[in-house]
Amino acid sequence: MQQPNDATPASYRSKLFIPQASSRPDSTPDFSHLDIPHPTDSFKPDVLTPALEMQSLAYGLVRVLNDNHESCGPWQPQLTNEQLIQGLTKMMTVRAYDDRMFKMQRQGKLSFYVKSSGEEAVSIAQGMALQDSDMLFPSYRQQGLLFARNHDIEAMMCQCLSNAKDNIKGRQMPIFYSSKQHNFFSISGNLATQYSQAVGWAMASAYKGEDHIAAAWVGDGTTAAADVYHALVFGSTYKAPVILNVVNNQWAISTPQSFASAGTTFAARSIGFSLPGIRVDGNDFLAVYAVTQWAAERARQGAGATLIELYTYRKEGHSTSDNPDAYRGKNEGDHWPLGDPIERLKLHLIKQGLWSEQQHDELFNQITQQMTECWKRALSHGSLDNGPHWPVSSMFEDVFEQQPKHLAKQSQLISQS
Amino acid sequence: MAKMNMIQALNSAMDSCMANDPDVLVMGEDVGFFGGVFRCTDGLYEKYGAHRALDMPIAEGGIMGVAIGMGVNGLRPVVEIQFSDYIYPAIDQIVSELARLRHRSGGEYFAPVVIRTPCGGGIRGGQTHSQSPEALFTHSCGLKTVMPSNPYDAKGLLTAAIESNDPVIFFEPKRIYNGPFDGDHEQAATPWSSHPKGDVPEEHYTIEIGKAAVINEGCDVTVITYGNMVHVAQAAINKSHINAELIDIRTLVPLDIDTIQASVAKTGRCVIVHEATLTSGFGAEILSQVQEQCFWELKAPIERVTGWDTPYPHAFEWEYFPSQKRINDAMLRTMESN
Repeated sequence: MQQPNDATPASYRSKLFIPQASSRPDSTPDFSHLDIPHPTDSFKPDVLTPALEMQSLAYGLVRVLNDNHESCGPWQPQLTNEQLIQGLTKMMTVRAYDDRMFKMQRQGKLSFYVKSSGEEAVSIAQGMALQDSDMLFPSYRQQGLLFARNHDIEAMMCQCLSNAKDNIKGRQMPIFYSSKQHNFFSISGNLATQYSQAVGWAMASAYKGEDHIAAAWVGDGTTAAADVYHALVFGSTYKAPVILNVVNNQWAISTPQSFASAGTTFAARSIGFSLPGIRVDGNDFLAVYAVTQWAAERARQGAGATLIELYTYRKEGHSTSDNPDAYRGKNEGDHWPLGDPIERLKLHLIKQGLWSEQQHDELFNQITQQMTECWKRALSHGSLDNGPHWPVSSMFEDVFEQQPKHLAKQSQLISQS
Repeated sequence: MAKMNMIQALNSAMDSCMANDPDVLVMGEDVGFFGGVFRCTDGLYEKYGAHRALDMPIAEGGIMGVAIGMGVNGLRPVVEIQFSDYIYPAIDQIVSELARLRHRSGGEYFAPVVIRTPCGGGIRGGQTHSQSPEALFTHSCGLKTVMPSNPYDAKGLLTAAIESNDPVIFFEPKRIYNGPFDGDHEQAATPWSSHPKGDVPEEHYTIEIGKAAVINEGCDVTVITYGNMVHVAQAAINKSHINAELIDIRTLVPLDIDTIQASVAKTGRCVIVHEATLTSGFGAEILSQVQEQCFWELKAPIERVTGWDTPYPHAFEWEYFPSQKRINDAMLRTMESN
């Protein structure tokens, strides 16, 4: 029997293969192996093209912005100057909101928070490419969708504070938003459950003869879950009008994407289901918008589901509960070759003569000020620690449509104690 | 009135709900073209089409996730899980999503899904076709849990479940699909046509979810049960000289504790019977509530007659299945004290 050589690292002393991370705290991040194609290398099929004829999109990377910040190639979307500036403004607003809320968590005002830094183009561009009547089934890192749909910022803060103005009555942790008014589904902590639910919602839309579509999001790590497989099987079987998005931000808390990707792209999972699979540069606002618009149009025309892999990078920790320096190379994000979505759109707009550094700084200050004002107003409605909250009796409501006797009795007991 | 077995009564409930409301659809494995392995959805495919009697891929978790999404989008899916033994892959969708959606979204979203699932043993089905997992679901807040014991109740309760805006899990004791079964497997099977509860109106009607039925009144001991065991307990009582009051709870959540309390306050004795395993079975919940509400009226310790704490056996089915004798012995034990 072969004895392990003491010089062999512990992780190699077995035949069992263990996927590697892009970096760990003791190694230097290196993304040089990534193949980043030029925007003109891609092709854009007609929306009704059979999935079989576009399999290369699952292994490619759709891009629109080149390294000189110019829009080029077949996927350039038709966006007005106003829409582009709106996209930039919304991405900056999400980032400012995240920064404010992260700080408030660190000051003990919130029990928890999740930032979406570096991934703002995913939610904003996708949210803007869809219609308001389309139903969104987000994961916990798509708060940008609410900004895309002009949700009131103060109200979002009230949810995070679980105060008397929280529309979900203090029932969930911060960031587990729900907004029926904005066709934004209630967020669950159980990952991937929303994926097959979105397919069911879309099937119902088709059943009723409506042309609303559904869109759902999971992360790279969550693709390992059975619900993702279910969504692909059912979505494909019934040609459901749904967009299934995988936000590949490289990390699932401390677990690298290599523990779910099987050495290939996530978009490639579409191929066995005869679905179009498109991998897109998730930090390229224009490319994300274009691909989403394409998939939405395909779904609306009855050709069914599309799987989109949004190739991006999670700049911060998973949440306020972890320190990324403990499991990945310090400043790994600085080595990410696809840059930052806000910076890239900003430079594109400047190049187009639509924007300037000065305008950018002014907007940044204005948004930062707006967050401070929203926060003050939200806090005036109460906080988790100090209230006011919804009345305690509200805990016993909404378990069922009508309160059964046993809950009425328990509600009485708590008011007496 | 028509003579119906449980299968026909359930079919009639779905048929009338589908006729009344285009948002009602039935779905699951083999429920469409084939009409279900137990035939409960027979004919609905022909009558309402492939898009309303929906055949589905074999993935209970996927079926449930899709049903929730449909429910959120205004439909009323009636899902069949072919055997309740196969419901476990769907448990995250049922417990974490379906049951809690209304509450977690502050009342913004809900999914009016009905889960129909055959349960229980007595059919030589071994451990993968005989389980009674109802107690698991009663521990999940936001789900109504129903188990009928006869065709008349089956139709009325299923209709109420489909029309409810709350999710309902609806257990169908498969041993009594075709006729009441008193636990004596050596006797010839009797059909529902010879039982008064086999008379079922063809038209629409509902039975309120959350109301128990007093099957027969008595003053010596209260026997509380549901599903298959209603008929086993009835036979045990008929053969004894005990004047027992038999209650079929019909709905586990919400539990009609008022009917139970009134009966035990009168008799002072209580036997709880179910087919599911003993430990943490729903009998434990009933027993606790009886103890809390009726302690000073009780004349004897409360008895439980249940399946044993083993996986459901194949060779020893009739040793496992709660028998008339075990129920009779339990009633007699409660009668020993005054």
